[in-house]
Amino acid sequence: MAEIRARRERPLSPHLQIYRLTLTMMMSVIHRATGAMLYVGTLLVVWWLIAAATGPNAYATVQWFMGSLIGMLILLGYTWALIHHMLGGLRHLIWDAGYGFGPVEREWLARATVVGSIGLTVVLWLVGYLMIGGSR
Amino acid sequence: MSMRTPLRQVRGLGSAKSGTQHFWHQRLTAMANIPLTIGFVVVVASLMGRNHAAVVQILGSPFVAVLMLLFILSATIHMRIGMQVIIEDYVHDDFAKFTLLIANSFFAIVVALTSAFAILKLSFGV
Repeated sequence: MAEIRARRERPLSPHLQIYRLTLTMMMSVIHRATGAMLYVGTLLVVWWLIAAATGPNAYATVQWFMGSLIGMLILLGYTWALIHHMLGGLRHLIWDAGYGFGPVEREWLARATVVGSIGLTVVLWLVGYLMIGGSR
Repeated sequence: MSMRTPLRQVRGLGSAKSGTQHFWHQRLTAMANIPLTIGFVVVVASLMGRNHAAVVQILGSPFVAVLMLLFILSATIHMRIGMQVIIEDYVHDDFAKFTLLIANSFFAIVVALTSAFAILKLSFGV
């Protein structure tokens, strides 16, 4: 009897598409996404370090790539991902300590994360450009 | 036949022994990553545009080299646990899941040791 019983459609728990998109939800998704980006980005760090350890020619190739438009865009994205993941991580550490769960605080923290990450990335690149861009 | 009660037989076998280890290590490395990443960014920014000889000298200097090694160690432990969580969340097919989990461990270790080797080579100048 068991095998002829029709499979009944079981109700599924609601998933992402059911909910209204909120800032805190977006920050959660972006935190994971930037983490995954940084994971892949370690390959750049490895390439850079190995090239430096190999010699001037290998290092020149890295420098050429990082100086190209695509390289600069990747570095810009890497900078932002690094800062965003760090600020998001700080937010998680605040939550781990038991603070910042209120509706006002968590909304404020989400805003601070995104504004802070974009702001700090711009500041870092501006400082870098002013210090290096002109002279070298 | 065992004289032990069922409770006695299962006690200590569950995830309660080390189930929070990843949770804790993720927080531990997260805290370490904050100063180490700031240091890493400062080092990278200060090396931008410099020639190879200068980069070798700065990266190989003891303070910078140790900072870089600590950063690599903490970051690779952190990213390995993080990617494991992502894989366990989204990949439910056993074969794919375990393949990816193994690949994840290999990737993290290769990144860690390759970077460490490069830094040590720069430091010791062989």
